[in-house]
Amino acid sequence: MNLIVNDNGFSKDDWNGGFSALNDARPDVGIDLATSSDPGELQGRLDDISIIRVIFPNFSDGRGFTIARCLRLMGYNGRLRAAGHVIADQYAMARRAGFDEIEIAGAIAERQPEADWRFRANWREHDYQSRLRGRIPF
Amino acid sequence: MYNYNDFDAKFVAERNRQFRRQVERRISGNLSEEEFKPLRLMNGLYLQLHAYMLRVAIPYGTLNSRQMRQLANIAERWDKGYGHFTTRQNIQFNWPKLRDVPDMLDALAEVDMHAIQTSGNTIRNVTADHFAGAAADEIADPRPVAELLRQWSTDHPEFQFLPRKFKIAVSGSPNDRAVIRAHDIGIGIVKRDGRIGYCIIAGGGLGRTPMIGKVISEFVTQENLLPYVEAVVSVWNLLGRRDNKYKSRIKITVHEHGIEKIRSLVEERFELLRRTYSGIDIKLFEEITAAFSPPEFQKVSAGEFELAYKSDPVFESWADTNLAKHRAEGYAIAQISLKAHGQTPGDATSDQMRAMADMAEEYGNDELRISHEQNVVLPHVRKSDLPAIHSILKKHGLATANIGLASDIIACPGMDYCALATARSIPVAQDISNLLKNLEDEIGELKIKISGCINACGHHHLGHIGILGLDRAGVENYQITLGGDATQNTALGRRTGPGFSHDKIVPAVERLILTYLELRENSGETFIEAYRRLGMEPFKSALYDRVHAHAAE
Ligand code: HEM
Ligand code: SF4
Repeated sequence: MNLIVNDNGFSKDDWNGGFSALNDARPDVGIDLATSSDPGELQGRLDDISIIRVIFPNFSDGRGFTIARCLRLMGYNGRLRAAGHVIADQYAMARRAGFDEIEIAGAIAERQPEADWRFRANWREHDYQSRLRGRIPF
Repeated sequence: MYNYNDFDAKFVAERNRQFRRQVERRISGNLSEEEFKPLRLMNGLYLQLHAYMLRVAIPYGTLNSRQMRQLANIAERWDKGYGHFTTRQNIQFNWPKLRDVPDMLDALAEVDMHAIQTSGNTIRNVTADHFAGAAADEIADPRPVAELLRQWSTDHPEFQFLPRKFKIAVSGSPNDRAVIRAHDIGIGIVKRDGRIGYCIIAGGGLGRTPMIGKVISEFVTQENLLPYVEAVVSVWNLLGRRDNKYKSRIKITVHEHGIEKIRSLVEERFELLRRTYSGIDIKLFEEITAAFSPPEFQKVSAGEFELAYKSDPVFESWADTNLAKHRAEGYAIAQISLKAHGQTPGDATSDQMRAMADMAEEYGNDELRISHEQNVVLPHVRKSDLPAIHSILKKHGLATANIGLASDIIACPGMDYCALATARSIPVAQDISNLLKNLEDEIGELKIKISGCINACGHHHLGHIGILGLDRAGVENYQITLGGDATQNTALGRRTGPGFSHDKIVPAVERLILTYLELRENSGETFIEAYRRLGMEPFKSALYDRVHAHAAE
């Protein structure tokens, strides 16, 4: 079973609506986005979406961070989740880029236990971005 | 000079705390090498041929004496007593042990230094003109902008896993000494209607597909600078190719999509991003600028300088090559050559580093610079102090009078250290430098640049004479290019023809130089000027025609 990570550590997934790809989007079902998608395609539809999940095929594919940020800049206020191959060391980046939470598989959680993720729960601190912008970017 | 504020200091301490833990997790096996790799790279730690290598940032090439002394200590304590200064204003330590690296990083933090983002697929150490704040031809000091960009790019959450590395350079003068057209983004400070702004160049780079950067915006104002640069990197992050690492740099993205398309995407993204800046960065920029305000220059007589210049021919020749024009009367910019004949270009021992630190403290406003040409600069010295400085340099093997001459060679580490190398580059540089030692004053200005593989870390494309070491069926083979130019008139060198084996490359370079000496109009015509006038033919013939080839050997 996959786990959800946020600032409080690990928890069970409380989203029961499931996910579908963008082209068969239905109300009350979450949207799955590949890192190759163009966030611009969601323009005008963001108000109707309650959760978006960006799937990282590999932790070194950093497009997901820019996608998250673009979605937030386009005005998306719903739940935003990173999933797939994300590692604990990316937790702070994910949060700062606009994700609310990370979904990880059990295999990742085994090697990277809760403490590794909690280690970066201080992501609001030591952040050059909020210092240079003068406000939280979103 | 900029000193870390509380925020910077805490940031680096926190970052070191994280890295120490990552090293522990790697040693215990909880991080795979695949996962550890980008994390160590983000902290400047490479795996080379024989050992780890730690690459330390010298942001915009500026150092004070305390920092230089600490580099000397680190080299002694955790390395073999020397360091290597690179073309990107970094220093590399070639022999650290993994478990020592967190301690080395703490030692750096004690003097406001770090190794953050000196490697990996992220925005690298921002480089700038090494004469910043001292040059007579400057519109504005580029270092405040470089520092602002350093802060902005450090740990930028969107840009730690880019398609590939991303390099930014800033020049504050129309005479480009920072090679801004060969960077992913080059920033030139310009003035329009009395206002300072930035000309942004994108898509330059060397490597296997060298490209000269293109202007993406002619004039970006201070308040738009960060969101504009952010928009460029952000657009490339989504668009840049991740299927082929040889096609992932922004130069290829710009080439494949065209600069107009990229420009319009950037402008669109910029409109979104500018709203996230409240304007506080302007205030920060002003504070940073104040920290870089120039020292007070005094009026001092240059009498002692004139006297030594007239009476000591060794000093005279050093002064003629190693000094550059300072903006203040009675002052000079003194360059310390790390290219002693026959030595490794860019290497300095701990003793030499300490000597340079002492001189900076005593005579140089406590400032040192590292140039992309792998030399050290004392940016503000009184001319009257130069005889004393010169005699100290002599004692430490640092008085080589060859800045800008044939033996002032840029060479990458090549096969002696680098895991990617296809040929040696350091020994070629050493042999050329020994060969031309007695001829180089006669030759005059000449830029020779050597890379040990197609990645072009030695900037060979931009050398008047460029040398690229390849591997042909297990044998080293060196290709020559001619006519490269690293200034504002950036040009890529053209290949002369087939390459030369290791024992034939130095005689080949010699033939090029003898041909130049024979054909130049007068001693005022430099190699590159003669090449531009004469074209490739006479040089090609010197390289490949049997008659010439035999005559010179
Ligand atoms: C020793 C380990 C090193 C490794 C593994 C390494 C690796 C590379 C690679 C793979 C590239 C090509 C990137 C591309 O085209 O996408 C490159 C380019 C470059 N490197 Fe290095 N390098 C090393 C050392 C150095 C040193 C010592 C310097 C400075 C003297 C340097 C400066 C540069 C520069 C200026 C470029 C070309 C500019 C560009 O990025 O387009 N590198 N390096
Ligand atoms: S040019 Fe090649 S051999 Fe030289 S340092 Fe770069 S990667 Fe290594």
